Amino acid sequence: MTAGRAEQVTDREQQVLDRIDRARRRRPRVREERVTMSHGAGGKATQTLIEAVFLEEFRNPLLEPLEDAAELRVPGARLALTTDSYVVSPLFFPGGDIGDLAINGTVNDLSVSGATPLYLSAGFILEEGFPVADLVRVAGSMRVAAAAAGVSVVTGDTKVVQRGKADGCYINTAGVGVIDRDITLGAARARPGDAVIVSGPIGDHGITVMLARGELDIEADVCSDTAPLNGLVAALLDAVPGVRAMRDATRGGVATILNEIAVAAGVGVLASEDDIPVRPEVRGACELLGIDPMYVACEGRLVAVVPGDQASEAVRALRGHPLGAQAAVIGEVTASQPGIVRLTTAFGGTRIVDLLVGDPLPRIC
Amino acid sequence: MRFVDEFRDADKAHALAAKIAALCEPGRQYKFMEVCGGHTHTIYKHGLEDYLPEAITLVHGPGCPVCVIPMGRLDDAMHLAARPDVIMTSFGDMMRVPGSNGSFFDAKANGTDIRMVYSPLDSLKIARQNPDRKVVFMAIGFETTAPSTAMTMLRAAAEGLGNFSVFCNHITIIPAIKAILDSPDLRLDGFIGPGHVSTVIGCRPYEFIARSYRKPVVVAGFEPLDILQSIYMLMLQLAQDRSQVENQYSRVVPWNGNPVALKAIGETMELRPYFEWRGLGFISHSALKVREKYAAMDAELLFEVPGVRVADPKACQCGEVLKGVLKPWECKVFGTACTPETPIGTCMVSPEGACAAYYNYGRMHRTRVPEAARAAGSRAAGS
Repeated sequence: MTAGRAEQVTDREQQVLDRIDRARRRRPRVREERVTMSHGAGGKATQTLIEAVFLEEFRNPLLEPLEDAAELRVPGARLALTTDSYVVSPLFFPGGDIGDLAINGTVNDLSVSGATPLYLSAGFILEEGFPVADLVRVAGSMRVAAAAAGVSVVTGDTKVVQRGKADGCYINTAGVGVIDRDITLGAARARPGDAVIVSGPIGDHGITVMLARGELDIEADVCSDTAPLNGLVAALLDAVPGVRAMRDATRGGVATILNEIAVAAGVGVLASEDDIPVRPEVRGACELLGIDPMYVACEGRLVAVVPGDQASEAVRALRGHPLGAQAAVIGEVTASQPGIVRLTTAFGGTRIVDLLVGDPLPRIC
Repeated sequence: MRFVDEFRDADKAHALAAKIAALCEPGRQYKFMEVCGGHTHTIYKHGLEDYLPEAITLVHGPGCPVCVIPMGRLDDAMHLAARPDVIMTSFGDMMRVPGSNGSFFDAKANGTDIRMVYSPLDSLKIARQNPDRKVVFMAIGFETTAPSTAMTMLRAAAEGLGNFSVFCNHITIIPAIKAILDSPDLRLDGFIGPGHVSTVIGCRPYEFIARSYRKPVVVAGFEPLDILQSIYMLMLQLAQDRSQVENQYSRVVPWNGNPVALKAIGETMELRPYFEWRGLGFISHSALKVREKYAAMDAELLFEVPGVRVADPKACQCGEVLKGVLKPWECKVFGTACTPETPIGTCMVSPEGACAAYYNYGRMHRTRVPEAARAAGSRAAGS
């Protein structure tokens, strides 16, 4: 093969690329007059909405990093606080339901912030006519999930709205944890030379929920990966205290996390498609649906950034835990191309992995 | 994964790339157009250009059905959808295409009943479930999707479903290719022929390109190795001074097309005298409308459609991009005013649009020397 494509980027194209970089750094503005489904998809539109509306109104140093949980310093302790709402449809799907999702999601947001999750709140918005038996089933799986994660639901709220004003059952959970290790984590701490690790096969949850809706007439033997990550995180931090950042790859998938890291730390990320674990069933379904598994949500996977020389130690620690058996290094942090995530494709080419505009799979969590 | 991984084998790609490079005549530049948006998507998604010598340029053609929908047709559709008795159904690709007053998504957020479907048959399901409403399917696409619209119409007729109709925007690929060949501002050396369209129409309709215009055509599949092999086949034809229609995608495309699908289209639809294409203007006999026999399913007859022609936004250079005269990044508004979040032109909307493909996958500083980077291992390439 000939070299030469390298020089293909002319000065003029370079100028255009620079102009785009500048445009992308401009302050976000919501142009739409109304909220659209894209605003909830976890991609660019969500980010714009959060930054232009919520961050603008609530701006404070604790909120500004926009991490999965805020770190609160109170006398004698470092606490982590997070909240999340669950509107998944359908409510019950292979491998879980809205109940365990609501517990695990909040437990995971605390865990990847380096906190030991302790106490959760639960708020329910129920639609008139929702079967009580389903509510009991949901509450039951919340109990089981909370026990598995070692947390308690200590306060709550219940509201009922008229038929048609909600879709069965929505749940909000908030959680408090204590950061008892001497660590500071954050996407902005990623440095060139660091390794990017994912704790297992990606995309299971999103594809499972999508197929569970039964709209596509595709069947695949997949299950949601919903699981509490606090044990896995503890195993990783015990082995590699120098972990720079962790995120759980929910809405927007691994691609979105990598982009958040690239932007927050002002670094490039270069991932390798061959190294990203994806189950064949998930890959097959994605291939049929024209979806990139990199954007599909997980509910029991984390992405970790660790110093390059500690990568193998980190993978070993993750693999030693049942939830991390297929952990793998999927890429590295680079000084070049700051703010951009690139992927070496299995075919041998290179491309960008950008944030999605809208999600092809709405209401997966 | 079987039947996928075989077509993405990096070793085979290296071997093909070497054969392609060997066929390049020193000092000669080659321009091939991939007609189909699906090919454009594959090229960027897999980073295929990394394998091509500098002398070969790929020009992205008009074969993305969303990209060539003129704004006026979209406004017409929006007008239909706004009727309280109508449920509009549409493929997801159409949802973000901007009309004069926003997209289907915007209209949906404003309360218009627009539903995304994966197949036109889903529209029939919605029609059955809503007997008191009129379900209109926004039919778009080339000969690839026209058969599924046709089969849906036949099914609706067989069921005697009275509340289903089609807003027909189906287009045909050959007149568009001819318009490009006749366009004075573009010089091409050959065509990567559209694979999906050809599963329906076969390879014969391209013969005039080889015969009258003396340009080689290779009908290609959609995996990256398919495209690389097609480029090799085009280069071989040029090296041997041939211009023929060849079928690289013979595992799927029969030379004579799919007679059942063609019959269904012929039964339900007929050619329009002319139709407007975004960026290409009016092209005669380039689109399909519902046949009179099925007038009861023709949304254009059932409802009042304004049919106003709307000029494209001034800043938008989609036309030049669609004809391959401009590269996506050469458009004045590319990546700044026009992005996938806030598209001005249609080429930025569909994942098959040249601009969206370049923005999403190709927009990077290619400062590395691929050969050296590969030798040093893929990891080291970025640092």
